[in-house]
Amino acid sequence: MTARSLLDRTGVFIGLVLVAVIFGLLVGRQFFAPANLELMARQTAIVCMAALGMTIVIATGGIDLSAGSMISLTTVVIALALGAEYPPLVAAMAGVAAAAACGLLNGVLITQLKVVPFIVTLGTMLVVRGAAKGLAGERRIEAPITWLNDLLRSQSSGALLPAGIWAVAVLALAVGGILRYTRFGRHVFAIGSNERMARLCGVAIVRTKILVYTMAAALVGMAGLLQFSKLSVGDPTVAVGLELDVIAAVIIGGGSLLGGRGSTSGTIAGAAIMTIIQIGCSQQGLPNWVQQIVTGTIIVFAVALDRWRSKTQS
Amino acid sequence: MQGIRKAFGATVALDGVDLSVAAGEICGLVGQNGAGKSTLMAILAGALAPDGGSMTIDGRPYAPPSPIAARRAGVAMIYQELSLAPHLTVMENVLLGAEPMRYGLVDRGRMRQMASAALAQLGHDDISPDAAVGTLPVAAQQLVEIARALAVGCRVLVLDEPTSSLGGADVAHLFTLLRRLKDQGHAIVYISHFIEEVQAIADRFVVLRDGRNAGGGVTAGATHDAIVRLMVGAAPDDLFPRTPRRTGEAIVEVAGLEPGSASFTLHRGEILGIAGLVGSGRTRLLRTLFGLEAVKRGRIRIGRADFSAAGTPSGGPRGRWRAGMGLLSEDRKSEGLALGLSVADNLTLTRLEPFGPHALVMPGRQQQTASEWIARMAIKCAGPSQAAGELSGGNQQKVALARLLHHDVDILVLDEPTRGIDVGSKAQIYRLIDELVADRPGRPAKAVLMVSSYLPELLGLCDRVAVMRRGKLDAPQPVAGLTEHDLMMRATGAPA
Repeated sequence: MTARSLLDRTGVFIGLVLVAVIFGLLVGRQFFAPANLELMARQTAIVCMAALGMTIVIATGGIDLSAGSMISLTTVVIALALGAEYPPLVAAMAGVAAAAACGLLNGVLITQLKVVPFIVTLGTMLVVRGAAKGLAGERRIEAPITWLNDLLRSQSSGALLPAGIWAVAVLALAVGGILRYTRFGRHVFAIGSNERMARLCGVAIVRTKILVYTMAAALVGMAGLLQFSKLSVGDPTVAVGLELDVIAAVIIGGGSLLGGRGSTSGTIAGAAIMTIIQIGCSQQGLPNWVQQIVTGTIIVFAVALDRWRSKTQS
Repeated sequence: MQGIRKAFGATVALDGVDLSVAAGEICGLVGQNGAGKSTLMAILAGALAPDGGSMTIDGRPYAPPSPIAARRAGVAMIYQELSLAPHLTVMENVLLGAEPMRYGLVDRGRMRQMASAALAQLGHDDISPDAAVGTLPVAAQQLVEIARALAVGCRVLVLDEPTSSLGGADVAHLFTLLRRLKDQGHAIVYISHFIEEVQAIADRFVVLRDGRNAGGGVTAGATHDAIVRLMVGAAPDDLFPRTPRRTGEAIVEVAGLEPGSASFTLHRGEILGIAGLVGSGRTRLLRTLFGLEAVKRGRIRIGRADFSAAGTPSGGPRGRWRAGMGLLSEDRKSEGLALGLSVADNLTLTRLEPFGPHALVMPGRQQQTASEWIARMAIKCAGPSQAAGELSGGNQQKVALARLLHHDVDILVLDEPTRGIDVGSKAQIYRLIDELVADRPGRPAKAVLMVSSYLPELLGLCDRVAVMRRGKLDAPQPVAGLTEHDLMMRATGAPA
């Protein structure tokens, strides 16, 4: 393994350690206290969950700008279903299914109209947001309190971490495994790395892409469930622009917008870096604008690194 | 141009080539694919710097550091692929980069005037300066490109295969135009594969072969046959292995396939070659056969599967792999391999089924298999997980070829299997192809369909060769008794 490919694989984790050490020194020991770590985990869970899906999409060389809108749609659907006195589990599944249906729509439009993912999902970002607002009658939907509201709540006893965080961890392992250890996963990277070659090799490109966008949207729906849990209402205006945080996490984590790269472990580390900066800054008493400048700078440098990698490769 | 030399790494592309063209003269430049024509013209146009030799224009030394400098010195290239901005208008294209200015703004009135003048000089004031270039037919686009060269005062025009995308009537128009430009005192270099075109339009011709001047002279009086002889040169040494073969069952049948006008049968234990010039439609034929482009008409049978009608289920490449056919692309970098992925992924992508139960791919088993192929094909790499893009051209080609072997296809469709690779890898690939079709007890021989621009390779390896010319494939003929000269005559359109 060359020095470069070593840096390639471990770069984001080195970055994570670096950022953690810096804020550990600034804030002090209590920064690593279990309660604070759990706070950060809860803070990042929604972005992480959605970023798992985005990792697959970006690995195919695509992008999904409609993720934030899907999250709001999910919260609205869950709230409406709970309001109609469906059991919480059914309501949650309905919310995730609604998001998955949006992803299916994305996949079908991208493959059948042969329009680039950026444009298709830019369109569905508005369509889905509109649908969420229409469904909610342009207001927040109150819902009865159920166990769904406890998914991200700090556990007083028993379980070590909230269920929502366990769900992120389990799904991260599952998605990582699918990308690495299945034919589908190899096809995802083949399409992202060189779509013409994938076609020549008989990879079912249309089917794979539709599955990718649907799976990714289902994971975004899971993120929507967590969002609902936090809000306890259906809110059609929530998560505006969240897709950009999600994309940033994937890119910082080593995903390439040119496709063919990305891993769930990197993505989680990318999301963690962003959260540490966010929480570290606020605990250090730094204003919000500093956080934004620091995060923005990191995104640009992560992408510059991405460019440099793809240049040295060819 | 005198004594021009240029080497790319260890490959010498030009070894002391001379070329001159006078004002009011058309000089035809001919040679086989890879003879060095394009490199020579890239040097003339300032896109490449020569390693040695000298150039003069009107007796003054000329050494353009860039294409723009060459254009300022009066040398313009008209490329095969037109380099126009399709959304801009004719006049914007003609004066691109040389827009007349007034008060810091583009003077559109004068721009229209200058563009009209240039088009009138060509005798084509029928083209409106305000039309968007993308809406014009190809022949008119070519005129716009020539007008662009004239508008900035170029006096040396280089046309690279200008007729490759033109119909018969447009070719005649172009020739009239070139004669007109000649009479106006321009110097023109005309590059073409088609010898009859050179005979029709050029005053003199120059033949390049293997990066050297192979001859030349006045076109009047030079026969087609004599020019071909200069292009082909001496017969090559016999470098190609030939183990005994036995022709088996017919495994591919193609009848009246369009595009390509192709009809042939391919048997087990046989190598069928397709010769032809670059741009004659050989690659298109293979891609159509493999389901990467739509079948317009005709019949394709592969093994027991019928792929005649377009849009049949699994009619694409996926179905071809299932039916036991694999394609090696001529374009290794953009279609053959995923350079960012590992050697193992590239090698095994079409058949991942052996590596796990169900839909799983066990990296250990995948790497194991890839390592076996790396050893068998002597692929030089750090290991199966190295990125394919880090390998040399020859080793990349071996990875792409190993993919077909890993899939264990019965029919190998090879498009330029040895293009751009080193001599050692070439010899190895020749031995491998020969081995695949050899008559060996215990396993059925495979069938190979191969396109190549390198004629000795076709004659050395194949059993039968068909020739593609201007989008049409003729009937395959047994290779015994064929010479490079015959193939070149058929490919360049010998008079009957």
